[in-house]
Amino acid sequence: MSASRLTRPVAIGALLAFAVAFPLVFTNPAVTTNAIYTLIFVAWAAAWNSFSGYSGYISLGHAVFFGSGAYFTAIATIDWRLPGSDVFWLLPLAGLLGGVIAVPFGIFALRVRRHTFVVITIAVFFIFQLTAYNLAVTGGTSGLLAPTINFAAATYNNPFYYIALGIAVGTVLISWLIRRSRFGLQLRAIRDDEDRARGLGVRAMRVKLSAFVFSAVPVGMVGGLWWYFTTLVDPSSGFDPLNDVAVALMAFLGGLGTVSGPVLGALIIEPSYLYFQQQVAAGYFIWMLYGALFLLVILVLPRGIIPTTAERIGNWLDRKRRNGAVARREPQVVTAADRDKELA
Amino acid sequence: MAKFLQAVTDGILGGAVYALMAAGLTLIFGVMDIINIAQGVLVILAAYLSYVLSAHLHIDPLLGLLITVPAMFVLGIAIEWAFMRRLRGRERTAMSLLVSYAVAVIIEGALYQAFGSTPVGYLPRYAIASFHILGFYLPYIYLIGFGLAAVAMAAIYLMLYRTKFGRSVRATMQDKVAARLIGINVDRVAALTFGIGVAVTAAGGMVFGATNTFNPDSGYDLISRLLSIVILGGLGSIAGALVAALFMVTAEEIVNIWQPTWATAVYYAALVIVLLVRPTGLLGKREARAQ
Repeated sequence: MSASRLTRPVAIGALLAFAVAFPLVFTNPAVTTNAIYTLIFVAWAAAWNSFSGYSGYISLGHAVFFGSGAYFTAIATIDWRLPGSDVFWLLPLAGLLGGVIAVPFGIFALRVRRHTFVVITIAVFFIFQLTAYNLAVTGGTSGLLAPTINFAAATYNNPFYYIALGIAVGTVLISWLIRRSRFGLQLRAIRDDEDRARGLGVRAMRVKLSAFVFSAVPVGMVGGLWWYFTTLVDPSSGFDPLNDVAVALMAFLGGLGTVSGPVLGALIIEPSYLYFQQQVAAGYFIWMLYGALFLLVILVLPRGIIPTTAERIGNWLDRKRRNGAVARREPQVVTAADRDKELA
Repeated sequence: MAKFLQAVTDGILGGAVYALMAAGLTLIFGVMDIINIAQGVLVILAAYLSYVLSAHLHIDPLLGLLITVPAMFVLGIAIEWAFMRRLRGRERTAMSLLVSYAVAVIIEGALYQAFGSTPVGYLPRYAIASFHILGFYLPYIYLIGFGLAAVAMAAIYLMLYRTKFGRSVRATMQDKVAARLIGINVDRVAALTFGIGVAVTAAGGMVFGATNTFNPDSGYDLISRLLSIVILGGLGSIAGALVAALFMVTAEEIVNIWQPTWATAVYYAALVIVLLVRPTGLLGKREARAQ
């Protein structure tokens, strides 16, 4: 199987090289702008998945970290009158702020069972949005506007692109490391059966909370970057419930709990969403289209592209092997919990 | 003091309507482990239906309930049949959130397409008229809403505890597999429950539309309130939803006297405080296993 051991690094290397060369090949700012938004969502989806995908606790409140990162960057930039690219140095702080907010948020929200957790993340999200509407420092309904930047017009998008790429690649790398680690195994044990994991000595609360905090950091960072790039944050765009759901959809489409799934999902959904929005359907029709696509994905591909494809390829290899020799058939692993759920 | 009593009265009368809408949500969760996030926009859809009936067909919204309640019931059954029934497996609740969100987005898009974003409202004559009693000022519409909610809640209660169908609903709530084993048609129970849970939005939407102006966007505010109410009351508990709705709407009305901008925050603050003390909500049952 040396061929397949080589395939993966080569594919990843090619993808990275393509990503690095992308703005040099496609110099059209309209294209790179969409690429930047896409990378922002790649980072967000990968970060979200490293908590929600691995632990099974679905969060619909990560926009809290996104909006907080955006508002923090905006307030700091405006207050300290930071010029041009200096603003980028704020991004680690924006990520840190996301992590700091995630601590009390997580302690509060992770006390409850999974179903309630989802709803509590939504409630916390609305608290933050309401606060952004009502505080003076966030500029109320009108939001906060970024100062104009004196980057050269031709390469204006490039710094944003490479920073977004850096955050996205870093997030995916961390997500991969988490999945391979003991910590990732504990998370997945919690997902499969929290009581049993606890019985086996997993400190469930600590593990869940750490994963939640880790997942908040990149989201805060891309929130800050997003504000500086899009130049305006207001309560409805910074704290946008549609983003939370879009990220969940990306992960579900690609494959919840896999490393590459959310990346693939983001690479499919965000560009097509932007394309539809800009080229095909103006107005509210896009919403209906988006909703319908969403339903289709969840109902047709409930396990996501990556697991489904992997299974297909596995079956195909199996069949090929069986044709050569009498193959040992792996029994399919079905847990009792799965069977109960299937019955229910 | 008069202001305070007025706020409490408004809170109790208004809270009953929220209790009804939340009861639908919590009933659906109790039976199917499904969180119907579309409940908010369904209320708005029902409000638009009442609006069309009264503004274009000149049918009184109250009389129009004879049309809107069955319409919403059928829509609920259709949503359950087309989407919710197909959700299986471990991530069912989370998937149901995403699916119902998608349904909400589609309905919201359709409403925008049909009515635009300009807020509308309708004012049946009993929405403006009011009467004074002991120095209070009570609009008839609040009383009608309260009466409707009380009747509907009583009907749901009787249905659950006094009929054979109600017994199979409660059995399904307790244990789906066991319910199926003793011969209950769980799919039928689920469809009818979803239908009933959505049908209550017709009454809720009628009152909401008569007391507020609304546009397709109004569903978000509603759903965040309704979710807070069902969580505070304990997911799956109808009595909890009733208590939580009365408490929260009253608290909001009281805070509204001094602090109109932050009144909505009372909801969430109450939620945070209660959940810190009781993670299962006011009347929620403790789950057997942590998942």
